[in-house]
Amino acid sequence: MEVSSDYAVQMHGIVKRFGAYTALDHVDLDVRKQTVHAILGENGAGKTTLMNILYGLYQADEGAIFMGGEQVAITNPNEAIKHGIGMVHQHFMLVENFTVTENIILGDEVCGAAGVLDMRKAREEVMALVDEYGFDVDPDAKIEDITVGMQQRVEILKALYRGAEVLILDEPTAVLTPQEIEKLIEIMHDLIAKGKTIIIITHKLKEIMQSADECSIIRRGVYMGVVDVKHSSETELASKMVGRNVNLTVDKTPAHPGDVTLEIRGLTVKDERGIEQVRSLDLDVRAGEIVGIAGIDGNGQQELVDAITNLVRSESGTIKMKGVELTNKTPRNTFEAGIATIPSDRHRWGLVLPFAVSENTVLERHVDAEFGAGITLDYAKLREYTRELIERFDIRPNGCEDERMSGLSGGNQQKAIIARMVTSKPDLLIAFQPTRGLDVGAIEFVHKTLVAERDRGAAILLISFELDEVMDVSDTIAVIYHGKIVGTFAQGTVDENQLGLLMAGGELK
Amino acid sequence: MRGLEKFLRSRFAAALIAVLVGLLVAAVVLISAGYDPIASFGALLNGAFGKPKYITNVFIKATPILLTGVSVAFAFKTGLFNIGAEGQYIVGTILATIVGVSLNLPMPLQIPVVLFAGVVGGAALGAFVGWLKARFGIHEVITSIMCNWIAFYLCNFVVMSDTFHKPNSQSAFPVNPSSYTMILGSWKKSDAGKEFLLGVKWLREVLLKTDLNVGFLVAILVAVLISWVLTRTKLGYELRAVGFNRDAARFSGISVESNIVLSMLIAGGISGLAGALAITGTSPHTITLLAAMEGYGFNGMSVAFIAGCAPIGCIPASIMFSALIYGGMSVQQALGVPSDIINITIGTIVFFTALPGIAPFFADRVKQRREAKELANGAQAGEA
Amino acid sequence: MNSVILLLSITLMYSTPLVFGALGGVISERSGVTNIGIEGMMVVGAVAAAAGSYFSGNPWIGFILAGICGAIVALLHAVASVSFAADQTISGVAINMLAPGIALFACRQLFEGAAMSPIAPKLPGIVHEQMSLNVTTIIALIFAVIMWFVLYKTKWGLRIRAVGEHPQAADTLGINVYKVRYACVLISGMFAGFGGASMTIAIISQFTQTAISGHGFIAMAAVIFGKWHPFGAYGACMLFGFTQALVILLGGGDFVVPSQILSMLPYAMTIIVLVLFVGRSIAPKADGIPYIKGSR
Repeated sequence: MEVSSDYAVQMHGIVKRFGAYTALDHVDLDVRKQTVHAILGENGAGKTTLMNILYGLYQADEGAIFMGGEQVAITNPNEAIKHGIGMVHQHFMLVENFTVTENIILGDEVCGAAGVLDMRKAREEVMALVDEYGFDVDPDAKIEDITVGMQQRVEILKALYRGAEVLILDEPTAVLTPQEIEKLIEIMHDLIAKGKTIIIITHKLKEIMQSADECSIIRRGVYMGVVDVKHSSETELASKMVGRNVNLTVDKTPAHPGDVTLEIRGLTVKDERGIEQVRSLDLDVRAGEIVGIAGIDGNGQQELVDAITNLVRSESGTIKMKGVELTNKTPRNTFEAGIATIPSDRHRWGLVLPFAVSENTVLERHVDAEFGAGITLDYAKLREYTRELIERFDIRPNGCEDERMSGLSGGNQQKAIIARMVTSKPDLLIAFQPTRGLDVGAIEFVHKTLVAERDRGAAILLISFELDEVMDVSDTIAVIYHGKIVGTFAQGTVDENQLGLLMAGGELK
Repeated sequence: MRGLEKFLRSRFAAALIAVLVGLLVAAVVLISAGYDPIASFGALLNGAFGKPKYITNVFIKATPILLTGVSVAFAFKTGLFNIGAEGQYIVGTILATIVGVSLNLPMPLQIPVVLFAGVVGGAALGAFVGWLKARFGIHEVITSIMCNWIAFYLCNFVVMSDTFHKPNSQSAFPVNPSSYTMILGSWKKSDAGKEFLLGVKWLREVLLKTDLNVGFLVAILVAVLISWVLTRTKLGYELRAVGFNRDAARFSGISVESNIVLSMLIAGGISGLAGALAITGTSPHTITLLAAMEGYGFNGMSVAFIAGCAPIGCIPASIMFSALIYGGMSVQQALGVPSDIINITIGTIVFFTALPGIAPFFADRVKQRREAKELANGAQAGEA
Repeated sequence: MNSVILLLSITLMYSTPLVFGALGGVISERSGVTNIGIEGMMVVGAVAAAAGSYFSGNPWIGFILAGICGAIVALLHAVASVSFAADQTISGVAINMLAPGIALFACRQLFEGAAMSPIAPKLPGIVHEQMSLNVTTIIALIFAVIMWFVLYKTKWGLRIRAVGEHPQAADTLGINVYKVRYACVLISGMFAGFGGASMTIAIISQFTQTAISGHGFIAMAAVIFGKWHPFGAYGACMLFGFTQALVILLGGGDFVVPSQILSMLPYAMTIIVLVLFVGRSIAPKADGIPYIKGSR
């Protein structure tokens, strides 16, 4: 495409290599002024890498960047900021124990003489911005005390404060409720009307359809072309992104729920600061049924799982597993009671990354006599066992049992965790954010495994911040808000807006 | 160049580079202070390996730092920093002395009892630090250092106490001879022994002029045992899992707290054994008034780091450091070079082992140069 | 009354080296670099101060030299932990081995093989009957106030704290994380050097092998106890200085407690204080974690 001043940003022939791996292979991007331009691609396709190059965090090995028709060299974020580029990262770049104002002015402070901060003037400047764009943000609040939606607005303010004309939003909706997403889309259109240009990175098709004018697609580092969103469909975008036709729905037969496997009554759990995160919560999960918990991050999901797995103490209430008390026991007791858990953060809770793959497969079961007599651990047996799992669950690369777990891709790491959890034939499988950061193929695998485990007769508790996932996979959907279950529905009896309302603390008429 | 690049990425290369840089820094310091580095290194080598007696002493001096090295290495493999080996060693010497003075059992009983006392002392101190970490989350480095100083003053307290102080001396009473672990200790002083040794000069020197004892053999056994525990047992598996990722270990049902205490208990016990073996194996067979830290624990850390915290690797590393330290004393005698030059050398070596990136950094340089050359060659080929 | 004044006077005196060490710890850890090497930097500062004061006859030259030498040693730590992303604990420990070696070597070189320096001129102080107050005590207090002002009232402080909490965030706003950390570690070494000086040319008047014995580590405990705040650390150092004053006062009297047991007091006190307070004190989030550009 030709270089022209009609375009806010043009990136041509961008190549980026990390060692032997080519992350971006001659990728193009042409963003018209005053439009919302989406960049679509799977996890690991290279979207974020491309934007990090535009923002000066990485340097491209080949290619050129143009802004308004002029070639620019962006070697660091300062340059990017000078050229009017602002970026809102997927994981917010906010200092948690700073106030909103401090976060916004950081690096471009309002100072009197000799670098002494003038916080009053800074606050006024921030307030002026807040008023101009109609954001609902308290400049004196600390980041750790405000909602995720507000934090995102602070990130946008940070960019606007620096005079950004082009805003990059990296997966901006990952952590928002449907209502907050709507509000964000409103904000985006408002910004366009005020002359800004927006680039959003996402793998969510629906939002592209709702918000974007054009959409560039990247598959495994290769540019797949640009699509006019108005004349396209979700299915077309999806097949371009993945490179084959994908099944966007989950295949499963109706559930045949059996006896109650997990019974929670009046459970209250405090976090380490002593604040109640789970508040007298009741929940039943039956054998042969998938119960999905919908909710926004931070509404007690983590504490609920921690209490069931006995990582933290419950304040009051009971957790029973097949009628047997499990409240305030040990993680070991939890496992022995027939509970297996796919943790939300696999690097933190699920895996010992410096261990070999084979060592990771027996984290719970290394004490079994099967893996060595007495105090010894039989590494030959470990390897043999792991080879079986690798075959059965198609963990790649094949024959990776002696490799370090850290060397596997995210999807294969998740497969290794699922293999480990499923082979213990649990009566209750807890899946907390099981598809976080996975690509479409791996997501399909995870969902199929959950359904297969259900059909084996296990009870499944699925907790996810992705509303679509909860709606697609669960037989029963429960909504958690402020540490309580505020509604329970059979699949298909509730729509997205109703759930979103409950998730945000509203009530159904 | 590919071979060089691969070598530079190996752990051995990292150790070798660290040692070479350490010696280089020492040479620079020596030159700038007006000494002859070649002569100094010569005196060092001679002082360490010049006579059978010297070589024997190198092994004797290697014993405590091999054990404290294994202690540090073991703890490190389980995610803990045992900077308290020094204090555990001191407590080991204190308890071994107290028990060795108070009890006088037949030798086959006395020796194990005295050694065990040292192990218990070190283990208790180690476990205390482990407990503080597991229960209160206090970083083991700070508490260990505090415990080192408490052990230091405890030693002086025991030395000066009415019960144990040997009058008119700077030390406590020596332990009963039934605690001695010298090789052929009584035979070499008997008439038959003396007569035999008259004929074999090197053996006479080794046996009579040094405190050759079983310590180094025991230390090697411990190193092998610890290596086995770490890599071939369920206990070692759990300890390493806790060391690498505490959260994942807890999540999968492994008790993090008890493993931390256990790890420090074992590490402390090994350092305590080092102290006990020093009492039973070498003169003066007792504790003396301490003026400054003697450095057995700190040198153990150097041993562990240069060995990449592999217990077996500590064996050659301890011999090397022992040669440096022991040989370094003769540098002072021969040339008047302050023996602190050895501490500078060792400190530099440890500093460079702390830089995990240093050898790979050079490896990257080599690789870049190779790639640049290949690119250039390719371009030439293309033009042709 | 007299003994109260004496106790206060000794407390201030013995807390001063700790205050310098702790201020060094605060600035370094606020920027996200754990500095276990404070002890070693204090030893180097101690010998530099004694030598500088002895040879020049001017204790102020010794004091400044101590700060410079401390910063030079800190440069090693900065190179290792900032540029090479080394394990900061190992690097700090290595410095604690290396620095006393350098200090003693230099000492023997300068003073004909002796492991201690001759008596050197001391920094001035106010002496009034029971009360004595060295100028270093006042300097330490002034530095604590300056550090508080810089950390909480200037843009430099805002940046330092941001780098220690969330270096990626700072980086995306164009703040050079490496530069900030280098600067903070160097300042940390300078303070540690002053701490060593305030031992050898203020409290005692010469360098000895045991002049600095664990003070750097007690200072680190004070940083934790003081919640990484200059004033908090200052107060914690007062507490530790107080225990040391007790040791001296009680040791001089006719008490039944043997002096060796008394000497354990500051160390035992440190452990007790940590047990009581460590859980309530939250470290800067990125403290001790090397920042590697691009790993986000």
